Parts: sequence; C-alpha cells; structure tokens
Amino acid sequence: MSDETRKQAVSRLDSAVPMNETVIHPEAVSEPPPLHDWPAAQLFDESLTPEGALRPHYTKLFDALEQLGSVERNRRWENARRLVQEQGITYNVYGDVRGMERTWELDPVPFLIEAKEWRSLEAGLVQRAELINHILADCYGPQELIRSGGLPPALVFGQPDFLRPCHGIKPKQGKYLIFYAADLARSPDGRWWVTSDRTQIPTGAGYALANRLVTSRILPEAFRDCQVHRLAGFYREMQKTLASLAPLKLDNPRIVLLTPGPYNETYFEQAYLARYLGYQLVEGQDLTVRDDRVYLKTLAGLEMVDVILRRVDDDFCDPLELRNDSILGVPGLIEAARAGHVTIANLPGSSLLQSPAFMAFLPGLARQILGQDLKLPSVATWWCGQKSAENYVCEHLDDLFVKPAFRFKLPGMTADRELSRAERARLVSHIHFQPHQFVAQEWVELSTAPALDAGRLVRRPVSLRVYLVATEHGYAVMPGGLSRVAPRLGVSSVSMQRGGASKDVWVLSEQPVEDLSLLSTSGFNLELRRVGNNLPSRLADNFFWLGRYAERADATTRLLRSALRRFTPERGGGTQLHLAPLLETLEQQGQLSAYSSQSQSQSQAPAMSRQNPEALEAGLLAAIFDPRRNGSLRQLVGHLQRIAMFVRDRTSNDLWRAANQLGDLLANAPQEEILLAADALGILNQALLGLASFNGLARENMTRAQGWRFIDLGMRIERALCLCTFLDCSLRSPEADNPSVLEMVLEVADSTLTYRSRYNLLPNIAAVYDLVLLDDTNPRALFFQINQIAQHFERLPREAAEVTPQQKILRECSSRLRLLDTRELVLRSANWLASDTGHAIVDTARDLPRLSDAIAVSYFAHSEISRTGGGFQP
Amino acid sequence: MTYNLIHTTIYEYAEPVTVSHHAARVEPRALPKQQIEQFLLEIGPTPAVQQSRVDFFGNQVCGFSIQEIHQRLEVTARSRVHVVALPPPDPGLSAGWERVRQLFSDPVSPEVVAPYQFVFDSPLLAASLELADYARKSFAAHTPLLEAVADLNRRIYTDFKYDPTATTVATPLEAVLAQRAGVCQDFAHLAIACVRSLGLPARYVSGYLRTRPPEGQKRLVGADASHAWFAVFCPGVGWVDFDPTNNVLPAEEHISVAFGRDYSDVSPVSGVITGGGKHEVHVSVDVEPLE
Repeated sequence: MSDETRKQAVSRLDSAVPMNETVIHPEAVSEPPPLHDWPAAQLFDESLTPEGALRPHYTKLFDALEQLGSVERNRRWENARRLVQEQGITYNVYGDVRGMERTWELDPVPFLIEAKEWRSLEAGLVQRAELINHILADCYGPQELIRSGGLPPALVFGQPDFLRPCHGIKPKQGKYLIFYAADLARSPDGRWWVTSDRTQIPTGAGYALANRLVTSRILPEAFRDCQVHRLAGFYREMQKTLASLAPLKLDNPRIVLLTPGPYNETYFEQAYLARYLGYQLVEGQDLTVRDDRVYLKTLAGLEMVDVILRRVDDDFCDPLELRNDSILGVPGLIEAARAGHVTIANLPGSSLLQSPAFMAFLPGLARQILGQDLKLPSVATWWCGQKSAENYVCEHLDDLFVKPAFRFKLPGMTADRELSRAERARLVSHIHFQPHQFVAQEWVELSTAPALDAGRLVRRPVSLRVYLVATEHGYAVMPGGLSRVAPRLGVSSVSMQRGGASKDVWVLSEQPVEDLSLLSTSGFNLELRRVGNNLPSRLADNFFWLGRYAERADATTRLLRSALRRFTPERGGGTQLHLAPLLETLEQQGQLSAYSSQSQSQSQAPAMSRQNPEALEAGLLAAIFDPRRNGSLRQLVGHLQRIAMFVRDRTSNDLWRAANQLGDLLANAPQEEILLAADALGILNQALLGLASFNGLARENMTRAQGWRFIDLGMRIERALCLCTFLDCSLRSPEADNPSVLEMVLEVADSTLTYRSRYNLLPNIAAVYDLVLLDDTNPRALFFQINQIAQHFERLPREAAEVTPQQKILRECSSRLRLLDTRELVLRSANWLASDTGHAIVDTARDLPRLSDAIAVSYFAHSEISRTGGGFQP
Repeated sequence: MTYNLIHTTIYEYAEPVTVSHHAARVEPRALPKQQIEQFLLEIGPTPAVQQSRVDFFGNQVCGFSIQEIHQRLEVTARSRVHVVALPPPDPGLSAGWERVRQLFSDPVSPEVVAPYQFVFDSPLLAASLELADYARKSFAAHTPLLEAVADLNRRIYTDFKYDPTATTVATPLEAVLAQRAGVCQDFAHLAIACVRSLGLPARYVSGYLRTRPPEGQKRLVGADASHAWFAVFCPGVGWVDFDPTNNVLPAEEHISVAFGRDYSDVSPVSGVITGGGKHEVHVSVDVEPLE
C-alpha cells in the first residue's frame, strides 16, 4: 500500500472518529487493512513502538493474520463466536435481570508476550508469591512481623478478613498460599506493575483455558508459527500439588471442588475446571463433617474427602466458626482443617493479603523477610493508617484513587475521578476519623493491545492476570493467563462484572514447543470405573426433577396441541364437547384455571369460558405463553432450564442448548394478542420436537448410571401421573366411548399408530384403554411405566434385602393393574369412572405422589442446615 | 468469695436433628482475681467428638459434634470459682485519655500490641461520629482515662432504660441508641463502640453476676442469668472492667467467662444443626455463693 493511501486512511480516521477511538476502517482502503499502521499515542502499545513500527514479537501473528485475507479473517472471528457458544462458556452477572447468564466475551486476537520479558515477570511473581506466603504464615502464626514493627497491627487486626478462628491452623507443608494470581498493568514507560493480589480464590484460570482452546483452534497457523507455551503443564502441576496435600499419603486421594453454586459469577469455569482436572464439583450441602473429617454425601453413603479446592469465599466456609449466616459452607470444616484431616486450598483466611494496603509494605517486608528487593513493583499505594500517608492523600485527592483498605463499605467514597468540593470535604473528614480504613493508589494508565471490535482491529486498554501454584520446587507460573480488554479507550480499570472482553495470552518461546495434548490427563494412574456410585444426593434430586419437568412439559404440549387442533372459534358448543376431557385435564393441572379475565371466580370460570370461544382461545394461548400463568408451558420450560443449569456439569452441552432453545422458542413467540391458534399450533409442534431432542439427549447421551436412572425415574412417574389425570377426565365424559373421544385419548397418549397396527377398526373403548393402561409393550402405557420404575428400584442402592416404602407403594399399583380387565367397559353405557378401570386410575393417581415422596425421603434427604444461638445476655 | 455456678442450656427441636456441631464458651477464665477450682461440662446426648482448645482471645472453647439423631440437647457447665476483690485502681491517677489514644495511633508502640486489636470495628460494632459525639461528653480534654470511662458508664446507666422487651440479640446499635433502652448486652456494646469511636481499645466480657434476693426472701435457684459488661485497656494498669447495666466497677460479684471484641466472639453456646425445624432455647443460670 502506498504512502498516499495510508495518509488518506489516517486523515479519514481523524475526521470521523473521536480522538481517543483509534479505529481502522477496512472499507477505507481497498486491500486488507494495514494492521500495523497505527498512529502512535502517549500510551504504551503492546504491538507497536512509539515510532509506529511493529514490535518484533508481534510480526508472526500479524503476518499470519494478513495472509488469511479479510474474508477468511472474518470467518475465523465468526468461528470464535460460535465456538464460545457451543462450549457454553458463560459468565454470570449479579443483578442482571435479562437472564443472569451472559455469554463469555472472547476477543480472539491473542495478547503476546516475548520470552525475555516473561522470564523477568515470572521471577517477580514467584518472589511475590513466596513473600505473601511468608506474611500469611506469620499473621496466622507467631505474628512476629507485627511485634517487630514491619507490619502495622491495624492491617491485620483491623481487617474483617483476618479470620481469628483460622489462627494457629498449620497447613500441610506450610503452604498457606497454594494458588495465587496477580493483576498486572503496564504503564506508559513500559514497566509492569501489580495492581492487585488475588490471594484467596484466584478466578479466571478456567477461563484462560477456555480462551486458549478457542483461540488456538481458530488461529492454528499463527499458534504454530509463534511457538506458544502450552498451558497443560500448569494444570498438571495443580493436580500434583493438590494430590500431595492430602493429609494421608494416598494413591488416589479424593479431591473436590467446592462451589458456591450455579448462581456464582464464575460457575462456568468452576464446572469447567472440575471436569478438566477430574474433580467432583460439590456444593457445601453435599459435604458433611463427622469425627472431624469431611465426607461427601452420596447415594451409596458417605465418602471421605481429602482435599478441597475452594471457590467459596473465606468467611462463608464454615457457618459454625466463621460467618454464621452462610448457607454455602460446611459446618465443622474449620475444626476438620485444624485437626489436620482435610486440606483446603487456599486455607480460609488467605484473603487477608488481598487488601491493597499491604502493597505499601511489601518492599520493606521483602527486605526484612527475604533479604531481597521487591522485583515487581506494586502500583503506588498510600495506606492512610500512617500519619504521613494520610496527610499526603488528603492533599492529593485529585491525583489519587481512594478506596477502602479493607472489605468494609465506607462512607464518603465515590467511583468518580472528579470530586466536588463537598464530596472532597466529606471524604477528608471520614479519612481523618478512621484513617486505617482508607488506601489511595495512583491511577493506572493501562497499555493498549490490538483487539477486535465489530470486525475491526482496534486498540484497547488491557490488563493481565497471571496464575501461580505452589509446587514441590517452589511456585510455578502458568505460561499464559487471562488478559482483560476494556470496552473502549480511556478506561483505567477492567472488570468482567462491568462488561468487557478477555483474550488468550500467548507466552512466546525461543525454542519450538513440545506439543502436549491439553485434554489428556495422562501422567496419573487412572482407576477405571464402570459405574459411578458416588452421585451426590443433591444431584440425584435435580436429575429426578429434570425428568419430571421434561415429561410434564411434553405431556402439557400434547394436551394443548390436541385442544388447539379441535378448537375452531366458529363452531359452537357441539364440537367442543369433545374438548371437555382435554380442558378438564388442563384445568386440573392448573393451566386453565382462571383464563378469562372477566370471570374471577375459579369455580364457575371454566364452565362459562368453555362456552365462550374467544375466552377459551385466550386461555389456551396463555397456557402456552404466559410466563406468569402457573403451569404454563413457558413456565415449565423455565423450570427445566433452571434445573438443567443445576446439573450442567454432569450433562452434555447439547442438553443445555436444547433447554435454552426451547426457552427461546416460547419467549420469542409473537405477542399473544396477535397470535392465532394456527400459529400457536406451529410453535407447539416445534416445542414437541425440541422436547423430543431434549429427552433423547437426556436419556441416550448419559451413561446408564445413577444420574440417568433418576432422570428416567422422574419421567416415568410424571408420565404415569399425567396419563392418569387425563384418563380420569376422559372417563368422566358422558361420551367416553365415542370414537372421536377415544381417538383423542390415543392421540394424547401418543398411541394412535400402535392402535392402528393392532386393531383394524374404529377405536373401541376396551381396546383403547387396554392399550394405554395395561399393554406392557406400549412404552406410553401406564403399566409400562410402573414396570420401568420397578426395574430402577432394583438397581438403586438400598439397605440389603429390605423392601423400601417406595417398593411397597409400587407393588400395590402393579398388582392393581394386573387384576384389571378393560373389557368390563364395553358392558357400560355411562358412569365410566365408577368402573374397576376408573377406580384403578383414580387410585394410581393418588399413589404416584406418595411414591415420589418416598423416593425423596430415601435418596434426597440432604436436610437444610440452620444455626442455633446461645440466647442473648440480659 | 467462692461460687458454685451452674449454667444450663437446653435446645428443643421440633423435628429430629441428624447431625449437629457446636462451640461452647462456658468455662470461666483463670485470672488474677479469680481461680477456677472445678469445671465440668455435661452434654447430652453424648457427643461423638469433643475437644477443648483456647481461642484467639484466650477463652476456653469446647467444640463438640453430636452424630446421633436427637430432638433435645442439654449442655450443663458446672464450675466452682474463687473470686477475690482486688484493690480498684485510682481513676484519678490514670493517664489522660488523649495520651492513651496517642499510644494506639501511628506509629504503634510495642507495649500495646496485644490490646491493639480491640480498637477496631468488629463484626457487630462499628465506630461512628454519632457515637463519638455521645461519648465525648464524658471525655473532656485531659480527663484521666478511667474517670472518663466511669462517667460514660454512669451516663449509659442513667440515660438508658433497662428493658428486656426492647431488644433482641439482633438489634443493631443504632436502634438501641435511638430508643434509649436495652439489656446488658446492648449497654456493653454501646459502651465499647463509644470508647472505640474515640480511638481507644475496649472489649466485651461475658460472665455471671451474683444476684441478691429481696430482703427477707430466699435466693431462687436457677433464676440468675448470664451477664455481660465491658473493659477498657489502661496503660500501666491493664484491663479495667465496667458494668453499665448496674453502674458499678465489677469486683467480687462478677465472674468472668470469656473476652472478645463483641458478643459474636463469646456467644456461650452456638451451633449449626442439620434438620431440626424450629427450635426453642431455654437457659438457666445459678450463681450460688458459698460462705
């Protein structure tokens, strides 16, 4: 490209774009954008020198990108987006009403660091981790640093994160800080600074892995040419470390990842990491402490846990000794750690060192403890607990960023850079009142790196998070990390909660890199297991309800479809008589109970509305689409999505997608007012297909282990229950033996084809009821469900030889059906429900909820915990 | 004076409890003014695990777990304690309060590292300008520390009404301050937060108080209650106790059990249970003086 066109491109930029938005318009030039043709700015740019030349370590990446050409590049970016979605990479945003789960924003242009620079960062980070470990060990041990004056007592005693119950706990191998991450920023002079220390739960290592998998797949040429260090080795170190920390020397210690649950912002990565590392993902309620040891509650009983990789916050870990309002923790956990029976990584209390106030003391402590200068500086920090710092901060409020020194909410704080006179006075008075609670730092000007914005390559501020793990030979640094990208220029902090993307970090090697497969877990003796017997009770509960809701949605869809098919607004009551059993079933299930806006009284509403075609139509549509209507299809699918989320780490991504597609299908349907019955029928047909694929995935793509068994159990019970309710209503109809009513029975029971293949005649009441009730070869028949349930009971863990309460109930149901002969129905001409068949249906419908309850008592008894106080002191 | 103390805590649960974990801080502390001659902790049902340790504040805490199904838990602490009345410090001779505050500000003097942690906000108590204002009336310039605190102690006693119905264990300090009523726990908390709002260290004391029956009546067994007061650190003297509920300086009628930053550090019997549904707590305390 000539200098002339280059100038044009630049001048067009100047006029069209605000000064701080440096953008390259692909359309401004004829050929692929000159990727390295960016005007220099005051900020440090990762890819360009101040003179505008490409930095050497970025050449290979840019060459590779340029070679792809713009069409192929765009295809790759599109692939990246698709991969993120397919992998289901998400991030939860608290308080986001539009569905809290947000797709992970991956910027597919990697962040590059050259080998030499990385080595110096690495050395600085290792030193910092060692230093922090020493400080933690001292604060939770002898506290010499306080006595010697190296550490102001306020930094420890004034902090809510100094957890006194954890004082004196001695972790194995003296490792207080097992995992550590540092946030780094590069200032305009090119130096790296630590902006924050993550000493408690260094989040993002899972996202870094996910980013790598996507980025290396869409840019394989560049990934190969750049000689990028692999990440797998780091995760192996993690596994080794955790295994070595088991209190007893075991070949196969049980390591679990303790999660706060699916609502946590980084739940995705917790599930992802657990799966990748081969650990069970558990919630606090899955664990129990007995004899000062931690156990996992499984269907088969209690299994001892040796090591806990913790994602629950420090003070939430144990409601007995720490925050007593925590429902995320495990009562007795701290005592178990104190007794040395379990290792928790990191030890609760480690968030103490996350306070920015410590940064002001690290250089002195490094000299005092390590006898070394701090290699990697922290962002300039003033802790107001020191008189000189307090004075300095109050005089330089405009140039500094004042924040809480500890995790307290403080009065007088604003996020604004510009303070009004009144705000400043207020802040100063609060600083003077409790100076030790305030810290001030310099504003950080982040460096910029190439990033993708709407298909265009632009410059965006970036920060870098790097991860470390303690190993036998000191700390190991992940050769990579998580780079976070601000959404626009001029932003000086990057937060996932406030939006913004992330990118893969490529640490370049000077030598060719050994190719390690990321997804192998070799290096460990794998114990082959055919049937997992250790399903946590809580998951079994969720699987059971997943099955029930899936089936209820399916049954409801069929009922609604049959009703809409028969419903035509022009026709009067005559035809709609045959609708009666369908409508009654829907009423009994709650979907149609108050569908007319005029009639409030529930008792008379249905009957009245049935005569009013418009009200009926509105009611049927509401039963499909209204998210506030109890039992509406939309609501059922919502429950299904929610439960699918709870078991997400145990099911395939396809299942999760199928649930979400169903949700989207109903949520995105046109407004109810303009919707016609015919449109709704189309949507119901789609919904049935969606449910079929959901059910297929749920049943077929899972191993026939206990998870699958509980899904199927839930489905069978629900199917039996829905069928009984519907048959009950059908037998109530005065025209129960009318062929068109019987046809409807076959349709709802999805047995029309089976009937035709067996009987070459119009539907006959005895034959139809035999087929849908008693035929044990018909997978839709009631008896078939009962038999399946019985088989599951045989396979589930139970006390030897005992007949369980649920088995007793089931046997009653079974023998009742065995004795039945539906031919008796032919002899009747009315009052069908009073027949033996009718009684059997009514009795079974009564027994099924009892059966469900008995299962819950046997298998899901993970009772709520609560706390008891000691009474107050008068 | 020697006392026989019986402190019984009973939990009754509406539904069976499958497993429970508890921490009990009911063993009186050994102090220059009190010797523990006997201590016995009875727990029913018998815990599967039970061990005593010393917590961060030097209190004896007994952790125990019950792993059998139960609907009732009874914890009884029996102690015999000998308390002597040490000669009280002369308030007028204590250091001026500003000088004490100076000791606790930057840079920290090594002699006060131990009490330093009682200067800061704690789980239930936060310093505020409002509390500092209330306290300052007792803290005129150059007032000796103990005189100032004794005056604060007296003002809380006169300004606030003792009313067991006014607060619960969860009532925040602002509410106590607004309604000018509460119980011993509230008054101790109030005093501590006031003292800390001035930059001085104060701690919570949980314990028992000898009660005297009305003239001519017999002492009622088990009718006593656990009690709470506060202490202030005075350089050269140590911790000095004040009881704002009764406007006294505790001597041989107060028996100290546990120290902490506030009630949350010294709750006598706390626990986390699995199952149980609703529960009721009954506490009875008997302070029997032996002649």
